[in-house]
Amino acid sequence: MINRIKIGMASCGVAAGANEVKDKIAEVAPEEEIVEVGCIGHCYAEPIVEIETDEGSIFFQDVEPDEDFINRMLELEDFSRFTPNPEREKWEKKFVTELSGKIDPVSLEEYRDRGGYQGLEKALEMAPEEVVEEVKTSYLRGRGGGGFPTGMKWSFLAAKEEEDKVIICNADEGDPGAFMDRTVMESIPHQMLEGMLIGAHATGANRLFIYCRAEYPLAVRNLNTAISQIEEAGLNRIGGKDLKITVKEGAGAFVCGEETALIHSLEGKRGTPRYRPPYPTDKGYKGRPSMINNVETFTNVPLIIRLGGEEYARVGTENSTGTKLFALAGDLEYSGLVEVPMGVSIGDVIYGIGGAEEGSIKAVQIGGPSGGCIPEEYFDTPIDYDSLNELGAIMGSGGLIAISKGRCMVETARYFLDFTAKESCGKCTFCRIGTKRMLETLERVTGGEGTVEDVELLSELGPKIINGSLCGLGQTAPNPVLTTLKYFKNEYLDHVEDKHCPALECDALVEVEIDNEVCIECGQCIKNCPVDVISDDFVIDNEGCTRCNSCIEVCPVDAISRVRKGGKVNVAN
Amino acid sequence: MPDLATLGQEKSNLIKALQEQQREEGYISDQAIKNISREFDMAPVEVEGVVSFYTQFKRIKPGKYKIQVCDGTACHIKGSKLVLNWAQDHLGIAEGETDEEGLFSLDAVACLGCCSLAPVISINGKVYGDLTRKKLLKILKDYRAREEDE
Amino acid sequence: MAEISINGSSYQVDDDRTILSAASELGYDIPTLCHHSVISDCGACRVCLIENKKSGNLMPSCTTKVADGMVIETENKRLRRARKTVIELLLSDHPNDCMTCEADGNCELQDLAYEFGIDEPPYGGFKEEPRFTIERDNPFIEHDPDKCILCGRCTRVDQEVQCSDAIEFVERGFAAKVGAALKKDLGDEDSSCVFCGQCVEICPTGALSYAPSLGEGREYQLKKTETTCGYCGVGCKLELKSRNNKVVGAGSIYRDNLPNPDGEACVKGRFGYEFIDHPDRLTKPLIKDKESGEFKETDWEEALDYVADNFRRIKRDHGAEAFGALCSARCSNEENYLIQKLMRASIGTHTIDHCARL
Repeated sequence: MINRIKIGMASCGVAAGANEVKDKIAEVAPEEEIVEVGCIGHCYAEPIVEIETDEGSIFFQDVEPDEDFINRMLELEDFSRFTPNPEREKWEKKFVTELSGKIDPVSLEEYRDRGGYQGLEKALEMAPEEVVEEVKTSYLRGRGGGGFPTGMKWSFLAAKEEEDKVIICNADEGDPGAFMDRTVMESIPHQMLEGMLIGAHATGANRLFIYCRAEYPLAVRNLNTAISQIEEAGLNRIGGKDLKITVKEGAGAFVCGEETALIHSLEGKRGTPRYRPPYPTDKGYKGRPSMINNVETFTNVPLIIRLGGEEYARVGTENSTGTKLFALAGDLEYSGLVEVPMGVSIGDVIYGIGGAEEGSIKAVQIGGPSGGCIPEEYFDTPIDYDSLNELGAIMGSGGLIAISKGRCMVETARYFLDFTAKESCGKCTFCRIGTKRMLETLERVTGGEGTVEDVELLSELGPKIINGSLCGLGQTAPNPVLTTLKYFKNEYLDHVEDKHCPALECDALVEVEIDNEVCIECGQCIKNCPVDVISDDFVIDNEGCTRCNSCIEVCPVDAISRVRKGGKVNVAN
Repeated sequence: MPDLATLGQEKSNLIKALQEQQREEGYISDQAIKNISREFDMAPVEVEGVVSFYTQFKRIKPGKYKIQVCDGTACHIKGSKLVLNWAQDHLGIAEGETDEEGLFSLDAVACLGCCSLAPVISINGKVYGDLTRKKLLKILKDYRAREEDE
Repeated sequence: MAEISINGSSYQVDDDRTILSAASELGYDIPTLCHHSVISDCGACRVCLIENKKSGNLMPSCTTKVADGMVIETENKRLRRARKTVIELLLSDHPNDCMTCEADGNCELQDLAYEFGIDEPPYGGFKEEPRFTIERDNPFIEHDPDKCILCGRCTRVDQEVQCSDAIEFVERGFAAKVGAALKKDLGDEDSSCVFCGQCVEICPTGALSYAPSLGEGREYQLKKTETTCGYCGVGCKLELKSRNNKVVGAGSIYRDNLPNPDGEACVKGRFGYEFIDHPDRLTKPLIKDKESGEFKETDWEEALDYVADNFRRIKRDHGAEAFGALCSARCSNEENYLIQKLMRASIGTHTIDHCARL
């Protein structure tokens, strides 16, 4: 007996076709109750449908908008069943995101049924100082990357005597490859807003903003719906006043994740950072004391108040309490959103949860473009703020990308620097010109024109940019280069000394070759070559070849491969 | 048209006004900059400074179909550079350009947030994932065919 | 008051001051580029970095306030390397054309390159290919964005002192430049530029220059004469620049207690000096010859007698009401006072007006 049908309708689900699936189910079985829910963290299996029955829930993965498929699914046939990698359970802890994917994100009722807003109610019975104290006891640290103790930040704002104080939720999740905050806002918007309201009570703030990436339309929509529900239910009545909560959309600038740039953008200006001090808690939005926390940080707060700071602090490690959300991506079997208690090792996350083939990963890139690469030999490092800092990486906001042995670390570094150089605001010299010069140098290396001096220049200029830049963007931009230089210097030297890319990734250092012994002369490659450089007797003219890989992709017998330029040394991935 | 007179009473609404303007017209024209600077009581160059700072805003009229090639980390690793090349070759335009008929415009963008489907593109907001060259060209040809039918 | 230590010596300084202002006053020399006394500070160029010995951090001295117990160094090896890198980076995006540049000898970037002994920036040398085009579609100001170091002094003086909001940073990152409205020229109809020239005055490099002065002489070839602008009663101080007895430019003087302490000028004061050597300019009084109807040169004595005789005659024949005086905003207050005195006391009319506009 089917009670109701839940469809994962966060961005990942929608992108995989959840809308079409929903429409089809409604068409095939109009009598069933369909509920749109958020993300359960298994993006690789989307679209995912959960069918609630009296005996419990049954999950289906890769659901197709096809009548036959839907009918079989509604008959609860044993096919396309979704069972998460059982290994995962060992490491994962659904704590902050417990409700994600289980409730309708924009149903206040469902959230309250599951304990929602109990944290706020409890907080309102406490004195503001007690709430701040509770957050301090929990030792929650900023989940945006820096790891500054949240309770301390709250106490700074609470101490301000100004009448107008502002709380800003930083939802400008700009790291390429990171989607933790998006998932939270799409799936459990009420939980984040509850955290903000508790913050308002604790600090005396009377104006709340959420600065959200414009690229997250569903998150914006769900937040706005949740805010109107809050207003209707009077939950925003704090300290005798109805607090105004506004979602402001960013307009595409990574640097606006930096807090002073964010404030400028919120004020409608160019998002250039300014010098600190004064810190935002002294002088922020329109000169008012302002406190900025990240989405995940606020989402933790209701749990802290509900459980008590001491109880909360039992999760995780001593100096890094609680859990951390990661957006797992890269060369993994199971990509998606995971939540792990602090202290779990890097290896457990990528092998245990991500399901990567044992030994296939040579490094992880953590913390996005501001973070660094951590090599295999450190995979037993526990994930906590301080251990990662020691390795030259940062916790960052939660992007975690597994890099397999078949990928080039120089190219990886170049990619990240290309990102930061494009996103530099252009205000200070080190970041504007320095990152550009580092990028050009890396391009010389990947382009086969680099020299040993170029590699030295990178290790020399990087620290100067870190020390001399105005804001966090420039101060961290060289990290991906410096960490790959530290742990994978050999790859750099291979590029400049031997003109060789060991991973065969850098186009300028490889050629494409057809193995005529394997080739069956089907002609697919010739047909698909966009630049017509494959001759009738199946030889590729590498002068004209753009290394687009089209031929490799279409070859039915895998006769075509990338090889080292000028030599027939084929390097196995 | 966005209600500039109301928005303009509060300077912090500038980005919002520009977003509404762009939603309406697809880009920010010279005239739009003049109108907005008048309603916001700001110099046109200040508005220009804001428009040019944020990648979301376009000063050139885009094509009917706006193709965004995701160059987020996951997509990059899975060959977004190639996807962009394929699209450029097929359409005969470079990144940031619009074709002569005004049908397609092409942009590389930071993460679209569908990393598990990498590499992905979006066309007018609709996401297409797990792309290969064949798949991409078919998608583009389908759009063109649909256009010719109309 | 805050007690701070600079390079090992202790000082008591006001705690509202920046490190740069406190240290400069105490005689420490800290190089700057984006700092200028008449505008706010932004900490963009990074050449004024100093080292905080307690945290080990490098901080921009122009925007960091002194704090009690601060221990700083304004000069050491590490700072010299960091500052030198700033200049090298700037030069790597700057043409190597001092030989023909208008600003040669009057360029802060050139001075710092010399001071730090840079012969070629290590990041691929100087800029060889221009990235921008020179903007010169107006008669007064030429803008070469390739020489710009994005210090933002021009945009700040435009927005904070002149308040014309004519220029602002546009684009972002390495592509950023200083631009005018709608990406057009300063002289375009949509531009709010009033051609006060303060952006040119404050520009530390050759990115902005006066179009009429191009090729008329380098700063060190020009004679400078401090003078009061003759265009109106405000009495702005200007520094006229001349070569071979010909005025070729009007520069700013930054000094307290002037009517224009921040170097302000209007378009006339800044650019209206061509009349000085103009052949049409009158340098002697003229009296019209009644017969031929032509003006003939004369001396002041004869001219004033002629005027006085005729004033007397008109007053006798037609009365004082036949007179009216219109005086000029180009005269000083004292001169304007005297003309009304002359009209009221010796002629006897109240018909006195003043253009109060130019």
